[in-house]
Amino acid sequence: MSPAPTTPHDEKDLERSFQARIDAGEKIEPKDWMPERYRRQLIRMISQHAHSEIVGMLPEGNWITRAPSLRRKLALLAKVQDEAGHGLYLYSAAETLGVDRAELIEQLLAGRAKYSNIFNYPTLTWADVGVIGWLVDGAAIMNQTMLARGSYGPYARAMIRICKEENFHNKQGYEIVATLAQGTPAQRRMVQDAVDRWWWPTLMMFGPPDHDSPNSAELMRWRVKTVSNDELRQRFVDVTVPQALRLGLTLPDPELRFNEETGHWETGPIDWDEFWRVIRGDGPYNRERLAARRAAHEEGRWVREAAEAYAAKRGLAPAASAP
Amino acid sequence: MRKDGEEGSAQDTQWTLFEVFVQERTGEPHQHAGSVRAPDPEMALQNARDVYARRGPVASLWVVPSGAIAATSPSDAGPFFDPAEDKVYRHPQFYRVPRVTRRKAPK
Repeated sequence: MSPAPTTPHDEKDLERSFQARIDAGEKIEPKDWMPERYRRQLIRMISQHAHSEIVGMLPEGNWITRAPSLRRKLALLAKVQDEAGHGLYLYSAAETLGVDRAELIEQLLAGRAKYSNIFNYPTLTWADVGVIGWLVDGAAIMNQTMLARGSYGPYARAMIRICKEENFHNKQGYEIVATLAQGTPAQRRMVQDAVDRWWWPTLMMFGPPDHDSPNSAELMRWRVKTVSNDELRQRFVDVTVPQALRLGLTLPDPELRFNEETGHWETGPIDWDEFWRVIRGDGPYNRERLAARRAAHEEGRWVREAAEAYAAKRGLAPAASAP
Repeated sequence: MRKDGEEGSAQDTQWTLFEVFVQERTGEPHQHAGSVRAPDPEMALQNARDVYARRGPVASLWVVPSGAIAATSPSDAGPFFDPAEDKVYRHPQFYRVPRVTRRKAPK
C-alpha cells in the first residue's frame, strides 16, 4: 500500500491532478493516490454512517414483536434486516480505505465512535415506527441520494444500493402514518404525538447549519458532498410539509410559513444546543443504545466461535488475508 | 490496537475478507458488489447471499478471498495499457470498403 516516498513538490502535483480528476467528475478508486485528509475524512464519514445503520436497528427492533398485524410485522422485520445489510455495505466500503472492520466495531462498542443523533431518541408508541419510516428515512434518502453522486467510488456505489432499498422503508412508514391519520381519534392523537416528537430531531439530521459545519467546505471541494446541509434541509422541508398537510397532521412549529416569493416553506429556529448535547452523549437514549449493542455483541459471541470451530473442523478456512 | 481484558471484542479474531461478485441473470457477467468477512468460503457465500442478494434478481454468486486478487496499480496504468492506445488498425473505422449495395431496388 505504501508508495515511494514523495517530496513536498510531488505532493503538490499529485493533489493538483487529484483535484482535477474530481472536478472532471471522475470517481476515485481505493488504489488511487489520495490526500491523507481525504482518506481520513471518508473513513470518519463512512464509518459513522455504518454505525448509524447498525444502531438504527434498535429503536425499530423494539417494535417487531408488538406490530399490530402480520403484514406490518413482515415489513418491519425486512426493514430492520435491510439496515443490518446497509451497515455491512458501508463497513465494506470503509475497509477499502485501509481500516479494519473489527477495529471500527470496537470503536463503536467502546463509545469512541459517533453515529446519527436521531437514534438516541426513544420509540414510545407504534406510531413512532411509521413516523421514523416517513420522516427519518425520508431525510436519509435525501442525504444518500446526494452521497450516491460523490467522488469516492465504493461509497457512491454502496449508496446506490442503499437508496434502492430505502424507498421501501419510506413507503411502509408513510403507509402506517396515513392509516393512523385516518383512524380513530386515539390513533390520530398517537400519530400526531409521534410527529411532534420526531420533527425537530429529523431536521437536525442534515447536520449543523452551513456556517457552523467544520467539514462542509472541504467535503464539497472534494465532491464527497455535492449539496450543503442547509440546502438539503430546505429540500426536505419543501417535500414533507405538503405531505403532512395532506394527512391532516400539524408540525410542531408555530413559525412555519410558506414564502410566496421564494416558493419555499420556512421553519422557525432549530435548537442547536440540543443537537450538540445529544452528540456529546447526553441524549435521552445514548447509554441504552450502546448497552444494547454491547449486549448483542457479547450474546452473539458463541455464534462466531461456533462458525470458526466449524470452519476449522472442515479444514475449509483459507489462510487469513493480510488486513 | 486492542489489549486483552479491554471492554469490547477482546477475543474476536478478524475473519477473512472475501470479494463478492453477483450475476443477476444467467448469461450476464458476474459483477463486483462489495465484500464480506467470513471464517470460510461456505459461510462467505451465505453471508454474501444475506447481504448482497436480499432482493432479486440473482442467478449466481462468487466469493473470492480478497488476498487472491492481483490487480493493476493506478500509477502504472498509463504504460501498462499503452499498447491499446495507438493501434488504429484494430478498429473497424481504419478500413475503407466500398459502400454496401442496396438490397431493395430504389423506388
